[in-house]
Amino acid sequence: MNTRLRALPSIRHTLASASDSHQRFVWGAAASVGLGHLPVAASGTSLGGRLDELAGRSVLVATRDQIAAALAFIALDGIAQRLVVCTPDLAAEHLPAVVASAGVDAIVSGRGAELGIENLEFGMRSFQIPDSQFPIPTEWVLLTSGTTGAPKMVVHTFDSLTAPIDGALPQPDDVVWGTFYDIRRYGGLQIFFRTILGRGSLVLADAGESIGDHLRRLRAHGVTHVSGTPSQWRRVLMSPDAREISPRYIRLSGEIADQGILNALHSCYPLARIGHAFASTEAGVGFEVNDGLEGFPASLIGAPGDVQIRVEDGSLRIRSARNAARYIGEQPSALTDADGFVDTGDVVERRGDRYYFLGRRSGIINVGGLKVYPEEVEAAINRHPAVRMSMVRPRRSPITGSLVAADVVLALESAAGDGAAFKREILQICHDRLAPYKVPATIRFVSALGLAAAGKLARHA
Amino acid sequence: MSIKATVISEIQQIADDNQKSLPPLTDDLVLLDSGLDSLAIAILVARLEETLGFDPFTESDELAYPVTLGDFIRFYEHAAPCPAVDSTHAG
Repeated sequence: MNTRLRALPSIRHTLASASDSHQRFVWGAAASVGLGHLPVAASGTSLGGRLDELAGRSVLVATRDQIAAALAFIALDGIAQRLVVCTPDLAAEHLPAVVASAGVDAIVSGRGAELGIENLEFGMRSFQIPDSQFPIPTEWVLLTSGTTGAPKMVVHTFDSLTAPIDGALPQPDDVVWGTFYDIRRYGGLQIFFRTILGRGSLVLADAGESIGDHLRRLRAHGVTHVSGTPSQWRRVLMSPDAREISPRYIRLSGEIADQGILNALHSCYPLARIGHAFASTEAGVGFEVNDGLEGFPASLIGAPGDVQIRVEDGSLRIRSARNAARYIGEQPSALTDADGFVDTGDVVERRGDRYYFLGRRSGIINVGGLKVYPEEVEAAINRHPAVRMSMVRPRRSPITGSLVAADVVLALESAAGDGAAFKREILQICHDRLAPYKVPATIRFVSALGLAAAGKLARHA
Repeated sequence: MSIKATVISEIQQIADDNQKSLPPLTDDLVLLDSGLDSLAIAILVARLEETLGFDPFTESDELAYPVTLGDFIRFYEHAAPCPAVDSTHAG
């Protein structure tokens, strides 16, 4: 049976309207919640007893675990004036600025962290709020992982967060989502909303568990749809437990999905539909590509529709109802240009009837005055079948200022192979596909590459 | 492998990578006439640092850049952290 998705004014109303929520769950590693057991009217909640105190407030959700955050989202959307969503890696030093900028006047923490202000713990009591005044359009404030300094605070609404889902195709009602993302970031929050609106269940990751344990838990819950960044997927493929799961749908977002990872996923999961989405916290979900090829069709640029896409100064610009509303902060910059487009900072290049991602404008390596996007070089390296993942970084050169250097992780079955031969082959692929100055000057084989908290490659300036 | 042999081998590899043919690699060959552009020389220096473990260009205070291949090799030999094998004897 297919169920047409329809967004209602709040998470609470959406769950209340679903007849099947008693069969649906959000599973964490240590605890789980039946969505049917949650309050769907103004009667009882995991935040019970305190919701009337939280109504209309600007609430910082600073729980330790994802499952507690999920409960807070369900209980407080439509009730709080603002939900300020703390990422798990937010440094304590940035907390005061976040609290001040967002006018936070209540904090929900999963445990008694000493955050000051007003510290509210989970309870199991009931509460009463007048139906006539709620739901209110809660503002969702997401923090983007800045590479340095304070996080940027981005304002979304239930409407902008669910806009990419509302227009989606009808979904089967036996969907079990898993995501390697944390639901306190845009990519993971999308999957949370897809679960709530799409009549599915969700398996949350746990920070303390190994990839193997996570995959076994996904299998135990019968996961059908799994999302993550290309880097997170490369880690899955490097795990001997990769075949624990056999998803019907695989979704990549948050980084460039190159042909190497798309092919490797298809080879490991031949029955899965594999799609990559372009999305950012500011722009929202721009588009999804489902033809198994890297890049996206040039026909998307300038096409009429809910999402308008432009290329200006080489980078992708997006205008849609999925865009965030604005930044907040001490001196918030404008989120869109004069025409209402978000400049994503992702540089693209047209070849034939397709556009390809070159990389982040901010990540450019300058080789004797010529620009190199690390991601473009990584995409070439990752085409070698023995390569599982790679990271390209600048290397200082007394002659050209910088050069391109690559750290490469080989697939398990290739790690004992002939390193010198692999180097030659990788360089050959790069020479065939890239201008000479983009070809790595040096290649180093490493056993692993670090991922930053957001699941993307940990690049260092 | 001696420093000289290492340098020659890396130069040949870079030429192969770029599908370039090189003139005979004699000591008096002027580097800029060798067919190696500044990018290739930069790559050569980077790869030699990987192989030999040092980069005389960043470690040395001398501003003089080597002109000929012989200069270039001597530059490396002089900067070698351990007493280097003299290229004239190592052949």
